[in-house]
Amino acid sequence: MNATKDLLYRIADDCLIIAHRNSEWTGLGPLLEEDIAFSSIAQDKLGHALSLYRILHEEFGERDPDTIAFTRNEKDFTCCHFVELPNGEYDFSLMRHFLFDAAEFLRWTMLKNSSIASVAALAAKIQGETKYHVYHGRTWVIRLASAGNEESKARMQSALETCWPFALGMFEHGVDEQALIREGVFAGEDELKTQWEEFVRSTMVEAGLIIPEHDAAVLGGRKGYHTEHLQPLLDEMTVVFRTDPGAEW
Amino acid sequence: MATIVSLDPRVTRLNIESTDASMDPKPELDQFQTFEVFVQQKTGAHHVHVGCVHAPTSDLALVLAKEQYGRRGTTLNMWVVNTRDVVTTSADDADIFATTPEKKYRDVAAYMVRNKVEEFKKKNLPQDGEKS
Repeated sequence: MNATKDLLYRIADDCLIIAHRNSEWTGLGPLLEEDIAFSSIAQDKLGHALSLYRILHEEFGERDPDTIAFTRNEKDFTCCHFVELPNGEYDFSLMRHFLFDAAEFLRWTMLKNSSIASVAALAAKIQGETKYHVYHGRTWVIRLASAGNEESKARMQSALETCWPFALGMFEHGVDEQALIREGVFAGEDELKTQWEEFVRSTMVEAGLIIPEHDAAVLGGRKGYHTEHLQPLLDEMTVVFRTDPGAEW
Repeated sequence: MATIVSLDPRVTRLNIESTDASMDPKPELDQFQTFEVFVQQKTGAHHVHVGCVHAPTSDLALVLAKEQYGRRGTTLNMWVVNTRDVVTTSADDADIFATTPEKKYRDVAAYMVRNKVEEFKKKNLPQDGEKS
């Protein structure tokens, strides 16, 4: 697959799967206001995925967004393992949300300079949304870790340790990083990872949490190898679509 | 022990034991404090009170208020104020405002200025059709 298409699929698949995971909290959130905010953020992620699938369809000759989202096989998805993991408890979901959204915000900030005009325009359009997502996650993480009680602090530290190797897997290389950099499409996963680590580190210092030192990244998602959690998620996500694939909504 | 089977797959997945035990009642007032939310829709417009949110701190109140009250329509700026910091008149003192509706001379509508404006325009401004 060409490097640009591969990049857009990776970003869009991450957004689609995290959107579905986070939306599983709808109606079950820890307090009404947070339930609404978290659901709304999940909905935004779905919007990011849709916008990217639309660009893939209109400019790169891929199938229409619904077909892409609802009919591909598990092996065709290139999301990272991080977004596939079940929600667990709210500490894990919140930490994943912060770590993922920090990366997404920085990625879109880099993409504002992309040589693909439609991608650069999308990046500019959604900057405020992703800024709010990070603001939301960061405020909760700092609050629970630095001003909560012993249990909330221990839970956030434990969630960070669980998340870390999976979070590093977000930066697994695509099919041709050099081509993306050369053509000015995207400055590459290594550059993004450097910016992300710096940003996350400053937040964790403020939160009083310790980032694990020697964890290797969990890889494979970008090549179509997934955890056992993705297929059940896809089954559930597509259940309505599959009852009548040709239906007009 | 049987587990709860729900139409909602998320609930079924939790493998909650189905027992007849009644749920413990929640203690009273176990909620977070509240913050009043004010929204400004246009530059120069007043911030208007739109409701309140529960939150542990003012910064989280702002984070949550953004999605509760800034999710639809246009918003330019938002304030949150801790409800306990709002100073209010007592319900018993509603009578301090009782005679206000009678004081029509304080209402703009009470001034019959419109007729005077029309008269002035007629006398001093060119009428339609008189433009050269």
